[in-house]
Amino acid sequence: MYIISEMFSYPFIVKAIIAGLLVSFCASLLGVSLVLKRYSMIGDGLSHVGFGALALATALNLAPLQVSIPIVIIAAFFILKMSENSKINGDAAVALISTGSLAFGVMVISLSTGINTDVCNYLFGTILGLSNSDVYLSIVLSIVVLITYALTYHKLFAITFDENFAQGSGIKVSLYKMLLAILTALTVVLGMKTMGSLLISSLLIFPALSAMRLFSDFKSVSIAALIIAVICFISGMIVSYVYATPTGASISMANVIVFLIFSLIKYIKSN
Amino acid sequence: MKLISINDISYAYDDKIVLKNLNFEVYKGDYLCIIGSNGAGKSTLIKGILGLKNSVDNKEIVFNNIKNIGYLAQKTSIKKDFPASVNEVVLSGTLKRDVFGIFYSKKQKEIAKSNMQKLGIYDIRHKSIQTLSGGQIQRMLLGRALCASDEILLLDEPVTGLDPIITEEFYQLIKKLNQNGVTIIMVSHDIECAIKYANKILHLQNEQLFFGTNKEYLESDVAKEFLRGAHVHNK
Repeated sequence: MYIISEMFSYPFIVKAIIAGLLVSFCASLLGVSLVLKRYSMIGDGLSHVGFGALALATALNLAPLQVSIPIVIIAAFFILKMSENSKINGDAAVALISTGSLAFGVMVISLSTGINTDVCNYLFGTILGLSNSDVYLSIVLSIVVLITYALTYHKLFAITFDENFAQGSGIKVSLYKMLLAILTALTVVLGMKTMGSLLISSLLIFPALSAMRLFSDFKSVSIAALIIAVICFISGMIVSYVYATPTGASISMANVIVFLIFSLIKYIKSN
Repeated sequence: MKLISINDISYAYDDKIVLKNLNFEVYKGDYLCIIGSNGAGKSTLIKGILGLKNSVDNKEIVFNNIKNIGYLAQKTSIKKDFPASVNEVVLSGTLKRDVFGIFYSKKQKEIAKSNMQKLGIYDIRHKSIQTLSGGQIQRMLLGRALCASDEILLLDEPVTGLDPIITEEFYQLIKKLNQNGVTIIMVSHDIECAIKYANKILHLQNEQLFFGTNKEYLESDVAKEFLRGAHVHNK
């Protein structure tokens, strides 16, 4: 308890927690659709693009979020188009873009500031990652993502469950898929500094997968994913603070543990 | 009243024509069966009607007085491990374009409820689809289709994988809906039932081999050829 009150006495941690929690909400909710739609790799690909963009912004001394948000949204557009195009293999396209961006980012960093702890922070996340303006921007944008998600929840369910049917009943499927990709892109960029670009996609995928171990309708899965994400985020933050471990890695480990526990419970229940 | 007109429309994948020169109409109250062997282009036509596939030269199918089509997918197209309840799936049929919101309206819930009651799945509405039998899934999907449109249903091989009793029940259900004024378009392998229940037949084999009433069809050369191959006992 002492540790928690100590943590909350630092304004930057409080801000990081508020911003991080909101991003966790977004990620866990979007993650359910991404996992079920077999789009998990898109989140991963986008985070690598985000890394490249972030590196570029730092090297050019520009505001990181303002640079990476448009770049990642454009990348989301291309990844989605490529994965729909039957001529190019979808997951190969994602891998192409993501490794390309990662290499580009590393090159930019090593040419500008040199490989140092900064790179480690970029890749695995840091509690100190967010400036004041970052925090405010990510709070505003997370709320925008959450409201958009809430307004389109049923349609996202419909296109996730059965695209053909949704199209037949007049829902503009490609529009909503694009919306899903854009919301994912925003979430990835916002969460990237805290989580690190290698680990941000765990925020998208793990809560949804864990929730699906134990719940079997869409609403329960979404709510459970949200709760799991919150618990893992808070416990990861505490571990990161106490043991000075990278924040992203700590939160991801919390998610791995929850996933293993839930899988075990499912296994015991089914026997 | 003419609901759908298809005039001289073709479909192709990568410059390879899979369906050539389609010409037919669907009238209100019709029960149209689309038949043909595997790879004849039936699924392509469905995609075309649903607006998922553009035709060659982007010629448009003309829809009159149709806002929505209730589509019943092949059961295999539904992911059996998807986390969703019967209620969630049926309700999703009531979504129409440009309706937003976190909650379904009272009217949407009532439509879903009445369709679930009609199909005898109201009692299992909270069950997860992961636990349903084949017949229950098919009823659920039919319920969703009816929520989308009580005017026209597009059914894609609806009885595949169902046992004979459930299959017969399903055909009776569709027949009843048709008698109550729902226009039916059904893609089917089951030519015997197609002739028994439908009033019109469209026979595809990468082109339109036949379109007309089922009586005309029985007398056509196409049918004689096809039925011989299908070992169907007609009279």
